[in-house]
Amino acid sequence: MTGPILDIRGLRKSFGHVEVLRGIDLAVKPQELVFIIGPSGSGKSTLLRCCNRLEEPNAGTILVDGVDLMDRRTNINAMRRHIGMVFQSFNLYPHLSALSNVSLALRKVVKKSRAEAEALALTALERVGLREKAKSYPSELSGGQQQRVAIARALALEPTIMLFDEPTSALDPELVGSVLGVMRELKQDGMTMLVVSHEMRFARDAADRVIFMDHGLIVEEAPPSQIFTSPREPRTRTFIAELTR
Amino acid sequence: MDTWSRFLDTFFKPELIRQYLPSIAAGTVTTIEIAFAIVVTGILLGLVLAVLRTFRILPVNMMLVACVDIMRALPPIVLVLLVYFGLPNIGINVPSFAVLWIVLSLVLAAFAEEILWAGILSVPKGQWESARSTGFGLFSTLIYIVLPQAVRLTVPPLTNRTLAITKNTALGTVIGVPEILNQATTGQSFSGNATPLMMGAIAYVILFIPVVALGRFLETRFRWSRA
Ligand SMILES: Nc1ncnc2c1ncn2[C@@H]1O[C@H](COP(=O)(O)OP(=O)(O)OP(=O)(O)O)[C@@H](O)[C@H]1O
Ligand SMILES: [Mg+2]
Repeated sequence: MTGPILDIRGLRKSFGHVEVLRGIDLAVKPQELVFIIGPSGSGKSTLLRCCNRLEEPNAGTILVDGVDLMDRRTNINAMRRHIGMVFQSFNLYPHLSALSNVSLALRKVVKKSRAEAEALALTALERVGLREKAKSYPSELSGGQQQRVAIARALALEPTIMLFDEPTSALDPELVGSVLGVMRELKQDGMTMLVVSHEMRFARDAADRVIFMDHGLIVEEAPPSQIFTSPREPRTRTFIAELTR
Repeated sequence: MDTWSRFLDTFFKPELIRQYLPSIAAGTVTTIEIAFAIVVTGILLGLVLAVLRTFRILPVNMMLVACVDIMRALPPIVLVLLVYFGLPNIGINVPSFAVLWIVLSLVLAAFAEEILWAGILSVPKGQWESARSTGFGLFSTLIYIVLPQAVRLTVPPLTNRTLAITKNTALGTVIGVPEILNQATTGQSFSGNATPLMMGAIAYVILFIPVVALGRFLETRFRWSRA
């Protein structure tokens, strides 16, 4: 019996006097795609960033693959490698080629040889359909391509879970599809994913569960078919009505 | 004698050129040596200080900023004189070239630290975050991701500042370092003619024009996209 890949309990986070996460409990099972929606400022990004401790939580526990991230003895850098993170703004390294972007952590963090790291990086670029762009620099790639390189960068480290924070929000509409396509394939390959996004169509056909957050709390969670057609909570209903209007 | 020949006689007197060429050349070598030493130690120390500052240890940073500001505020000549004439009084004898080297290295380090620090700050937060989220520690993030970008951004101001400070090797004159200006003024007072000074000026131009050109080359080379 395998437990959840990500297990969050009683997570709280404040910025100054403002409590942004007010007790979040969330478990993500292996191979599950959990989708998070919610109004701006509800704490979605903060929740994701607590999952690899880019933000330091104030209270609660976070288990990744059974390892307590909040435990002092946990080597957070070693854990982060296994928690892939994809940002809204791609954050590729502008001074490095796509190949080096993907292979850098393999070489310098995992300490693989250059040849081995580059072979793995090419495989990762292949998975996002950009093998032929290996030598290109970020400034020579479209937004969609940059985001796929960013996905490959996370993927190359063989993460046990991937976190996506609005991966398509910074993209022109015609480029969104390619990124979502890659994410769909990841899902089919059995990747465990936690996704913050406004792409409702994607949620409808790829998510196992949708979570609606508001004011630092999980208000409602349900399968996509249910939450989009018959949300239980009035706040969810209002939010979804606005989105689909 | 017409103006033109008087001009030539004052600034380009052939026999004086011949006479003082060896000492100006020797001065040029001295200037190159000291300038090179200043650039290496000054920029390295500035880099170390800028890296130290990113760890944001409050007492360390307060000290650092205070020292850097003092070094930037003082005219280099004041520091040179203070060290050269002050240290022997407390029993420390430092050769004059070493005084020049140490003082200008510290001044360059102070400016380099500020410039590199500004460069580090101008690298977007997202770069740190994506590095940290792939398992890089603070120090390796700095080395592999942040500094390569920060340095590219800072090449032009750093080149300018380095140039400005290495030109201060001329201050060696006041404490007897046998660099270009010292040789030139010695020649001038012996001959009572400005030719040695003109030779000194020409030596500086020959020396520093390539550095200016190098700065310009690096500036274009280190632009984005294709590095
Ligand atoms: N570093 C920070 N310092 C102070 N306040 C912050 C910080 N980061 C986030 N906040 C605040 O925390 C709240 C939640 O922010 P968060 O980014 O998690 O929201 P979100 O749900 O991702 O919103 P959006 O949909 O706009 O991305 C907001 O009110 C925000 O202003
Ligand atoms: Mg957000």
